[in-house]
Amino acid sequence: MPSLKDLKNRIASVKSTRKITSAMKMVAGSKLRRAQENAEAARPYAARMERMLSSLAGDLTPSESSPRLLAGTGKEETILLVVMTSDRGLCGAFNGSIVREARRLIRQLEEEGKTVKLFCVGRKGRDLLRRDHADKIVQAVSEIGRKRLSYDDADKINAKILEMFDGGEFDVCHLVYNRFQSAMTQIVTVKQFLPFAVPALSDVDSASGKKAAEERAAFQAALEFEPDEKSILEALLPRALAVAVYGALLESAAGEQGARMTAMDNATRNAGDMINRLTLNYNRSRQAYITSELIEIISGAEAV
Amino acid sequence: MADTFTFELVSPEKLLFSKPVAMVTVPGGEGEYGVLSGHAPMITTITPGVIQIYEEENAGPVERIFVAGGFAEVSQTRFTVLAGEAVPVSDLNRAALQEQAKAIAGKIDSANEHDLAALKTQQDVIAAKIQAAA
Repeated sequence: MPSLKDLKNRIASVKSTRKITSAMKMVAGSKLRRAQENAEAARPYAARMERMLSSLAGDLTPSESSPRLLAGTGKEETILLVVMTSDRGLCGAFNGSIVREARRLIRQLEEEGKTVKLFCVGRKGRDLLRRDHADKIVQAVSEIGRKRLSYDDADKINAKILEMFDGGEFDVCHLVYNRFQSAMTQIVTVKQFLPFAVPALSDVDSASGKKAAEERAAFQAALEFEPDEKSILEALLPRALAVAVYGALLESAAGEQGARMTAMDNATRNAGDMINRLTLNYNRSRQAYITSELIEIISGAEAV
Repeated sequence: MADTFTFELVSPEKLLFSKPVAMVTVPGGEGEYGVLSGHAPMITTITPGVIQIYEEENAGPVERIFVAGGFAEVSQTRFTVLAGEAVPVSDLNRAALQEQAKAIAGKIDSANEHDLAALKTQQDVIAAKIQAAA
Protein backbone atom coordinates (compact mmCIF):
# COMPACT_ATOMS: atom_id res chain seq x y z
CA MET A 1 0.00 0.00 0.00
CA PRO A 2 1.56 3.28 -1.13
CA SER A 3 1.74 5.98 1.47
CA LEU A 4 -0.26 9.20 1.21
CA LYS A 5 2.84 11.10 0.23
CA ASP A 6 3.57 8.64 -2.59
CA LEU A 7 0.05 9.01 -3.95
CA LYS A 8 0.28 12.75 -3.83
CA ASN A 9 3.52 12.72 -5.76
CA ARG A 10 2.07 10.33 -8.29
CA ILE A 11 -0.94 12.59 -8.87
CA ALA A 12 1.30 15.61 -9.33
CA SER A 13 3.44 13.77 -11.86
CA VAL A 14 0.49 12.51 -13.90
CA LYS A 15 -0.94 16.01 -13.88
CA SER A 16 2.22 17.45 -15.35
CA THR A 17 2.30 14.69 -17.95
CA ARG A 18 -1.23 15.60 -18.90
CA LYS A 19 -0.19 19.20 -19.34
CA ILE A 20 2.61 18.16 -21.65
CA THR A 21 0.49 15.86 -23.76
CA SER A 22 -2.28 18.38 -24.12
CA ALA A 23 0.24 21.03 -25.16
CA MET A 24 1.72 18.61 -27.70
CA LYS A 25 -1.74 17.93 -29.01
CA MET A 26 -2.33 21.61 -29.53
CA VAL A 27 1.02 22.06 -31.27
CA ALA A 28 0.39 19.06 -33.51
CA GLY A 29 -3.03 20.49 -34.34
CA SER A 30 -1.65 23.77 -35.57
CA LYS A 31 1.18 22.03 -37.42
CA LEU A 32 -1.36 19.77 -39.00
CA ARG A 33 -3.28 22.74 -40.30
CA ARG A 34 -0.14 24.18 -41.81
CA ALA A 35 0.85 20.84 -43.33
CA GLN A 36 -2.58 20.52 -44.87
CA GLU A 37 -2.35 24.00 -46.32
CA ASN A 38 1.00 23.12 -47.84
CA ALA A 39 -0.38 19.95 -49.32
CA GLU A 40 -3.33 21.88 -50.68
CA ALA A 41 -1.09 24.53 -52.23
CA ALA A 42 1.04 21.94 -53.97
CA ARG A 43 -1.90 20.30 -55.65
CA PRO A 44 -2.33 22.63 -58.66
CA TYR A 45 1.24 22.06 -59.78
CA ALA A 46 0.97 18.30 -59.47
CA ALA A 47 -2.33 18.25 -61.34
CA ARG A 48 -1.02 20.35 -64.22
CA MET A 49 2.20 18.41 -64.36
CA GLU A 50 0.18 15.24 -64.65
CA ARG A 51 -1.94 16.68 -67.45
CA MET A 52 1.09 17.84 -69.35
CA LEU A 53 2.78 14.49 -68.93
CA SER A 54 -0.19 12.57 -70.16
CA SER A 55 -0.37 14.87 -73.19
CA LEU A 56 3.26 14.15 -73.87
CA ALA A 57 3.54 10.50 -73.12
CA GLY A 58 -0.03 9.26 -73.02
CA ASP A 59 0.16 7.52 -76.37
CA LEU A 60 3.78 6.61 -76.06
CA THR A 61 4.33 2.88 -75.67
CA PRO A 62 7.44 1.91 -73.75
CA SER A 63 10.08 1.01 -76.28
CA GLU A 64 13.81 0.96 -76.68
CA SER A 65 13.89 4.59 -77.66
CA SER A 66 11.73 5.94 -74.87
CA PRO A 67 13.52 7.55 -71.92
CA ARG A 68 14.96 5.14 -69.38
CA LEU A 69 12.95 6.67 -66.59
CA LEU A 70 9.80 5.53 -68.39
CA ALA A 71 10.97 2.24 -69.80
CA GLY A 72 12.95 1.06 -66.80
CA THR A 73 15.93 -1.21 -67.07
CA GLY A 74 13.91 -4.10 -68.39
CA LYS A 75 14.67 -6.14 -65.29
CA GLU A 76 13.04 -6.48 -61.92
CA GLU A 77 15.82 -7.88 -59.84
CA THR A 78 16.85 -5.18 -57.44
CA ILE A 79 14.12 -3.23 -55.75
CA LEU A 80 14.64 0.02 -53.92
CA LEU A 81 12.13 0.85 -51.22
CA VAL A 82 11.94 4.48 -50.15
CA VAL A 83 10.54 4.32 -46.64
CA MET A 84 9.14 7.62 -45.40
CA THR A 85 8.79 8.01 -41.65
CA SER A 86 8.98 10.87 -39.18
CA ASP A 87 12.01 12.13 -37.30
CA ARG A 88 10.25 12.14 -33.99
CA GLY A 89 8.23 9.64 -32.08
CA LEU A 90 5.13 10.02 -29.93
CA CYS A 91 2.84 9.75 -32.89
CA GLY A 92 1.06 6.50 -32.26
CA ALA A 93 1.33 3.78 -34.84
CA PHE A 94 2.46 6.16 -37.56
CA ASN A 95 6.02 4.85 -37.89
CA GLY A 96 5.23 1.36 -36.67
CA SER A 97 2.77 0.65 -39.44
CA ILE A 98 5.12 1.93 -42.14
CA VAL A 99 7.96 -0.19 -40.84
CA ARG A 100 5.70 -3.21 -40.56
CA GLU A 101 4.64 -2.80 -44.19
CA ALA A 102 8.27 -2.34 -45.23
CA ARG A 103 9.27 -5.54 -43.42
CA ARG A 104 6.43 -7.42 -45.03
CA LEU A 105 7.48 -6.19 -48.47
CA ILE A 106 11.09 -7.08 -47.85
CA ARG A 107 10.13 -10.61 -46.83
CA GLN A 108 7.82 -11.02 -49.78
CA LEU A 109 10.34 -9.73 -52.29
CA GLU A 110 13.12 -11.82 -50.88
CA GLU A 111 10.97 -14.91 -51.15
CA GLU A 112 10.62 -14.08 -54.82
CA GLY A 113 14.39 -14.09 -54.99
CA LYS A 114 14.86 -10.38 -55.45
CA THR A 115 17.40 -8.11 -53.88
CA VAL A 116 16.01 -5.35 -51.72
CA LYS A 117 17.65 -2.04 -50.93
CA LEU A 118 16.31 0.54 -48.54
CA PHE A 119 16.33 4.31 -48.66
CA CYS A 120 15.15 5.64 -45.30
CA VAL A 121 13.66 9.09 -45.11
CA GLY A 122 13.20 10.14 -41.51
CA ARG A 123 15.11 9.06 -38.45
CA LYS A 124 12.55 6.74 -36.88
CA GLY A 125 12.33 4.43 -39.86
CA ARG A 126 16.07 4.16 -40.07
CA ASP A 127 16.38 3.38 -36.37
CA LEU A 128 13.72 0.70 -36.51
CA LEU A 129 14.86 -0.95 -39.73
CA ARG A 130 18.49 -0.86 -38.72
CA ARG A 131 17.83 -3.59 -36.20
CA ASP A 132 17.10 -6.36 -38.66
CA HIS A 133 17.84 -4.95 -42.10
CA ALA A 134 20.93 -2.85 -41.50
CA ASP A 135 22.73 -4.37 -44.46
CA LYS A 136 20.02 -3.28 -46.87
CA ILE A 137 19.98 0.40 -46.00
CA VAL A 138 21.90 2.15 -48.74
CA GLN A 139 20.81 5.70 -48.05
CA ALA A 140 19.25 7.51 -45.14
CA VAL A 141 18.25 11.11 -44.74
CA SER A 142 16.62 12.75 -41.77
CA GLU A 143 15.64 16.18 -40.56
CA ILE A 144 13.69 16.78 -43.75
CA GLY A 145 11.67 19.94 -43.56
CA ARG A 146 12.21 20.58 -39.87
CA LYS A 147 10.93 24.08 -40.24
CA ARG A 148 8.99 23.97 -43.40
CA LEU A 149 8.96 21.29 -46.02
CA SER A 150 10.14 22.81 -49.26
CA TYR A 151 10.26 21.57 -52.79
CA ASP A 152 14.06 21.69 -52.63
CA ASP A 153 14.06 18.98 -49.96
CA ALA A 154 12.07 16.73 -52.24
CA ASP A 155 14.30 17.61 -55.15
CA LYS A 156 17.39 16.55 -53.21
CA ILE A 157 15.90 13.17 -52.34
CA ASN A 158 14.80 12.74 -55.91
CA ALA A 159 18.28 13.60 -57.17
CA LYS A 160 19.75 10.90 -54.93
CA ILE A 161 17.30 8.31 -56.18
CA LEU A 162 17.91 9.22 -59.81
CA GLU A 163 21.65 9.14 -59.30
CA MET A 164 21.39 5.61 -57.96
CA PHE A 165 19.13 4.68 -60.85
CA ASP A 166 21.60 6.04 -63.36
CA GLY A 167 24.34 4.13 -61.60
CA GLY A 168 22.33 0.96 -62.18
CA GLU A 169 21.96 0.25 -58.49
CA PHE A 170 18.33 -0.82 -58.76
CA ASP A 171 15.69 -1.63 -61.36
CA VAL A 172 12.43 -0.74 -59.70
CA CYS A 173 11.66 1.76 -56.99
CA HIS A 174 8.65 1.98 -54.71
CA LEU A 175 7.69 4.67 -52.25
CA VAL A 176 6.30 3.50 -48.93
CA TYR A 177 4.57 6.30 -47.09
CA ASN A 178 1.52 7.27 -45.06
CA ARG A 179 -1.21 8.85 -47.10
CA PHE A 180 -3.14 11.39 -45.11
CA GLN A 181 -6.82 10.71 -45.01
CA SER A 182 -7.97 12.43 -41.86
CA ALA A 183 -6.41 13.35 -38.56
CA MET A 184 -7.48 9.94 -37.31
CA THR A 185 -6.48 7.76 -40.23
CA GLN A 186 -3.37 7.48 -42.28
CA ILE A 187 -3.25 4.87 -44.97
CA VAL A 188 0.00 3.06 -45.59
CA THR A 189 0.57 3.37 -49.31
CA VAL A 190 3.03 1.67 -51.60
CA LYS A 191 3.44 3.50 -54.85
CA GLN A 192 5.56 2.61 -57.82
CA PHE A 193 8.05 5.36 -58.44
CA LEU A 194 10.40 4.02 -61.08
CA PRO A 195 9.92 3.19 -63.88
CA PHE A 196 7.51 6.05 -64.02
CA ALA A 197 3.89 5.16 -64.63
CA VAL A 198 2.34 7.77 -66.88
CA PRO A 199 -1.18 8.68 -65.85
CA ALA A 200 -3.44 7.67 -68.70
CA LEU A 201 -5.45 10.40 -70.37
CA SER A 202 -8.67 8.62 -69.54
CA ASP A 203 -7.83 8.78 -65.83
CA VAL A 204 -7.37 12.49 -65.96
CA ASP A 205 -10.57 13.07 -67.86
CA SER A 206 -12.85 10.43 -66.46
CA ALA A 207 -14.49 12.90 -64.13
CA SER A 208 -15.51 15.29 -66.87
CA GLY A 209 -17.05 12.65 -69.08
CA LYS A 210 -16.66 11.37 -72.59
CA LYS A 211 -17.21 14.61 -74.43
CA ALA A 212 -14.29 16.21 -72.65
CA ALA A 213 -12.18 13.23 -73.58
CA GLU A 214 -13.03 13.69 -77.23
CA GLU A 215 -12.22 17.37 -77.12
CA ARG A 216 -9.06 16.45 -75.38
CA ALA A 217 -8.12 14.06 -78.16
CA ALA A 218 -8.69 16.76 -80.78
CA PHE A 219 -6.55 19.12 -78.77
CA GLN A 220 -3.95 16.43 -78.50
CA ALA A 221 -3.69 16.13 -82.27
CA ALA A 222 -3.22 19.86 -82.67
CA LEU A 223 -0.49 20.14 -80.06
CA GLU A 224 2.79 21.58 -81.10
CA PHE A 225 6.00 20.97 -79.27
CA GLU A 226 8.97 23.22 -78.94
CA PRO A 227 11.74 22.04 -79.12
CA ASP A 228 10.42 18.50 -79.71
CA GLU A 229 8.33 15.98 -77.88
CA LYS A 230 11.18 13.82 -76.76
CA SER A 231 13.43 16.47 -75.30
CA ILE A 232 10.56 18.05 -73.43
CA LEU A 233 9.66 14.68 -72.02
CA GLU A 234 13.23 14.10 -70.97
CA ALA A 235 13.35 17.44 -69.18
CA LEU A 236 9.91 16.99 -67.69
CA LEU A 237 10.30 13.50 -66.25
CA PRO A 238 12.82 14.23 -63.48
CA ARG A 239 10.68 17.19 -62.50
CA ALA A 240 7.57 15.03 -62.40
CA LEU A 241 9.38 12.53 -60.20
CA ALA A 242 10.48 15.27 -57.80
CA VAL A 243 6.86 16.38 -57.64
CA ALA A 244 5.85 12.81 -56.78
CA VAL A 245 8.40 12.75 -53.96
CA TYR A 246 7.26 16.14 -52.79
CA GLY A 247 3.65 15.01 -52.78
CA ALA A 248 4.50 11.92 -50.75
CA LEU A 249 6.54 13.95 -48.29
CA LEU A 250 3.70 16.40 -47.82
CA GLU A 251 1.19 13.61 -47.27
CA SER A 252 3.52 11.99 -44.81
CA ALA A 253 4.13 15.25 -42.93
CA ALA A 254 0.41 15.91 -42.63
CA GLY A 255 -0.14 12.31 -41.59
CA GLU A 256 2.52 12.55 -38.91
CA GLN A 257 0.93 15.58 -37.32
CA GLY A 258 -2.49 14.00 -37.55
CA ALA A 259 -1.26 10.81 -35.92
CA ARG A 260 0.50 12.75 -33.20
CA MET A 261 -2.58 14.81 -32.52
CA THR A 262 -4.71 11.70 -32.12
CA ALA A 263 -2.11 9.94 -30.00
CA MET A 264 -1.72 12.94 -27.72
CA ASP A 265 -5.46 13.36 -27.44
CA ASN A 266 -5.71 9.78 -26.24
CA ALA A 267 -2.82 10.26 -23.86
CA THR A 268 -4.43 13.36 -22.40
CA ARG A 269 -7.67 11.52 -21.86
CA ASN A 270 -5.92 8.53 -20.27
CA ALA A 271 -3.99 10.84 -17.96
CA GLY A 272 -7.30 12.39 -16.90
CA ASP A 273 -8.75 8.95 -16.08
CA MET A 274 -5.64 8.06 -14.16
CA ILE A 275 -5.79 11.26 -12.13
CA ASN A 276 -9.39 10.50 -11.18
CA ARG A 277 -8.48 7.00 -10.10
CA LEU A 278 -5.49 8.15 -8.11
CA THR A 279 -7.44 10.94 -6.45
CA LEU A 280 -10.09 8.48 -5.37
CA ASN A 281 -7.40 6.23 -3.96
CA TYR A 282 -5.78 9.15 -2.23
CA ASN A 283 -9.00 10.27 -0.57
CA ARG A 284 -9.79 6.77 0.55
CA SER A 285 -6.39 6.25 2.12
CA ARG A 286 -6.62 9.63 3.80
CA GLN A 287 -9.96 8.76 5.31
CA ALA A 288 -8.71 5.37 6.43
CA TYR A 289 -5.74 7.05 7.99
CA ILE A 290 -7.89 9.57 9.88
CA THR A 291 -10.24 6.85 11.05
CA SER A 292 -7.46 4.66 12.33
CA GLU A 293 -5.89 7.62 14.10
CA LEU A 294 -9.20 8.45 15.77
CA ILE A 295 -9.63 4.86 16.89
CA GLU A 296 -6.17 4.94 18.38
CA ILE A 297 -6.94 8.12 20.33
CA ILE A 298 -10.28 6.84 21.57
CA SER A 299 -8.98 3.45 22.60
CA GLY A 300 -6.04 5.20 24.26
CA ALA A 301 -8.46 7.41 26.24
CA GLU A 302 -10.58 4.41 27.21
CA ALA A 303 -7.59 2.55 28.54
CA VAL A 304 -6.80 5.33 31.01
CA MET B 1 -11.02 45.65 -74.50
CA ALA B 2 -8.98 42.95 -76.16
CA ASP B 3 -9.73 39.25 -75.81
CA THR B 4 -8.34 37.78 -72.67
CA PHE B 5 -7.35 34.32 -71.57
CA THR B 6 -6.39 32.83 -68.23
CA PHE B 7 -2.75 32.84 -67.40
CA GLU B 8 -1.57 30.58 -64.62
CA LEU B 9 1.85 30.57 -63.05
CA VAL B 10 2.43 27.61 -60.74
CA SER B 11 5.43 26.73 -58.64
CA PRO B 12 5.70 23.32 -56.97
CA GLU B 13 4.77 24.92 -53.68
CA LYS B 14 1.79 26.97 -54.75
CA LEU B 15 -0.32 28.63 -57.39
CA LEU B 16 1.31 32.02 -57.83
CA PHE B 17 -0.79 33.76 -60.42
CA SER B 18 -4.13 33.03 -62.00
CA LYS B 19 -5.87 35.90 -63.73
CA PRO B 20 -7.31 36.82 -67.10
CA VAL B 21 -4.70 38.67 -69.15
CA ALA B 22 -4.37 39.99 -72.70
CA MET B 23 -0.85 38.90 -73.49
CA VAL B 24 2.08 37.13 -71.89
CA THR B 25 5.63 36.86 -73.16
CA VAL B 26 7.80 34.01 -71.92
CA PRO B 27 11.41 32.99 -72.51
CA GLY B 28 10.91 29.73 -74.41
CA GLY B 29 13.53 27.09 -74.97
CA GLU B 30 13.93 28.25 -78.56
CA GLY B 31 13.56 31.97 -78.08
CA GLU B 32 11.17 34.31 -76.38
CA TYR B 33 7.60 34.25 -77.58
CA GLY B 34 4.34 35.98 -76.81
CA VAL B 35 1.01 34.34 -76.27
CA LEU B 36 -2.25 36.07 -77.18
CA SER B 37 -5.77 34.77 -76.85
CA GLY B 38 -6.47 32.02 -79.40
CA HIS B 39 -2.89 30.81 -79.65
CA ALA B 40 -2.42 27.35 -81.12
CA PRO B 41 -2.00 24.67 -78.45
CA MET B 42 1.57 23.78 -77.68
CA ILE B 43 4.00 22.65 -75.03
CA THR B 44 7.42 24.21 -74.64
CA THR B 45 10.30 24.35 -72.25
CA ILE B 46 11.27 27.59 -70.55
CA THR B 47 14.76 28.90 -69.95
CA PRO B 48 15.69 31.20 -67.06
CA GLY B 49 14.34 34.63 -67.86
CA VAL B 50 11.51 37.07 -67.38
CA ILE B 51 7.82 36.50 -67.93
CA GLN B 52 5.99 39.70 -68.79
CA ILE B 53 2.28 39.93 -68.19
CA TYR B 54 0.14 42.46 -70.09
CA GLU B 55 -3.39 43.20 -69.05
CA GLU B 56 -3.87 45.55 -72.03
CA GLU B 57 -2.35 44.76 -75.36
CA ASN B 58 -1.05 48.24 -76.00
CA ALA B 59 -0.04 49.22 -72.51
CA GLY B 60 3.19 48.20 -70.83
CA PRO B 61 3.56 45.02 -68.81
CA VAL B 62 1.74 45.10 -65.47
CA GLU B 63 3.92 42.48 -63.95
CA ARG B 64 7.37 41.11 -64.61
CA ILE B 65 8.27 37.82 -62.97
CA PHE B 66 11.58 36.05 -63.15
CA VAL B 67 11.43 32.27 -63.56
CA ALA B 68 14.33 29.87 -63.33
CA GLY B 69 13.22 27.51 -66.05
CA GLY B 70 10.22 25.25 -66.34
CA PHE B 71 7.54 24.29 -68.81
CA ALA B 72 4.65 26.02 -70.51
CA GLU B 73 1.43 24.63 -71.91
CA VAL B 74 -0.97 26.52 -74.11
CA SER B 75 -4.44 25.05 -74.36
CA GLN B 76 -7.61 26.51 -75.88
CA THR B 77 -8.60 28.46 -72.85
CA ARG B 78 -5.55 28.63 -70.71
CA PHE B 79 -1.89 29.29 -70.65
CA THR B 80 -0.08 27.47 -67.87
CA VAL B 81 3.52 27.93 -66.81
CA LEU B 82 5.04 25.38 -64.48
CA ALA B 83 8.00 27.22 -63.02
CA GLY B 84 10.82 25.98 -60.87
CA GLU B 85 11.57 29.15 -59.01
CA ALA B 86 9.64 32.38 -59.53
CA VAL B 87 10.42 35.84 -58.14
CA PRO B 88 9.02 39.23 -59.10
CA VAL B 89 11.70 41.19 -60.93
CA SER B 90 11.34 44.07 -58.48
CA ASP B 91 12.56 41.77 -55.71
CA LEU B 92 15.84 40.99 -57.43
CA ASN B 93 18.81 42.74 -55.90
CA ARG B 94 21.57 43.32 -58.38
CA ALA B 95 24.41 43.76 -55.88
CA ALA B 96 23.49 40.64 -53.93
CA LEU B 97 23.25 38.67 -57.15
CA GLN B 98 26.68 39.74 -58.28
CA GLU B 99 28.04 38.52 -54.96
CA GLN B 100 26.37 35.18 -55.57
CA ALA B 101 27.74 35.02 -59.09
CA LYS B 102 31.25 35.53 -57.74
CA ALA B 103 30.77 32.84 -55.11
CA ILE B 104 29.56 30.38 -57.72
CA ALA B 105 32.41 31.20 -60.09
CA GLY B 106 34.81 30.49 -57.24
CA LYS B 107 33.14 27.16 -56.57
CA ILE B 108 33.23 26.16 -60.22
CA ASP B 109 36.99 26.56 -60.29
CA SER B 110 37.45 24.10 -57.48
CA ALA B 111 34.50 21.81 -58.21
CA ASN B 112 34.85 18.21 -59.24
CA GLU B 113 33.18 16.87 -62.32
CA HIS B 114 30.24 15.56 -60.36
CA ASP B 115 29.06 18.96 -59.10
CA LEU B 116 30.06 20.91 -62.15
CA ALA B 117 26.83 20.52 -64.09
CA ALA B 118 24.68 21.63 -61.16
CA LEU B 119 26.90 24.63 -60.51
CA LYS B 120 26.85 25.61 -64.18
CA THR B 121 23.06 25.62 -64.12
CA GLN B 122 23.10 27.78 -61.01
CA GLN B 123 25.49 30.14 -62.71
CA ASP B 124 23.21 30.43 -65.73
CA VAL B 125 20.23 31.16 -63.51
CA ILE B 126 22.10 33.88 -61.64
CA ALA B 127 23.40 35.40 -64.86
CA ALA B 128 19.83 35.52 -66.17
CA LYS B 129 18.70 37.11 -62.91
CA ILE B 130 21.34 39.82 -63.17
CA GLN B 131 20.27 40.54 -66.70
CA ALA B 132 16.66 40.72 -65.60
CA ALA B 133 17.47 43.09 -62.76
CA ALA B 134 19.36 45.47 -65.02
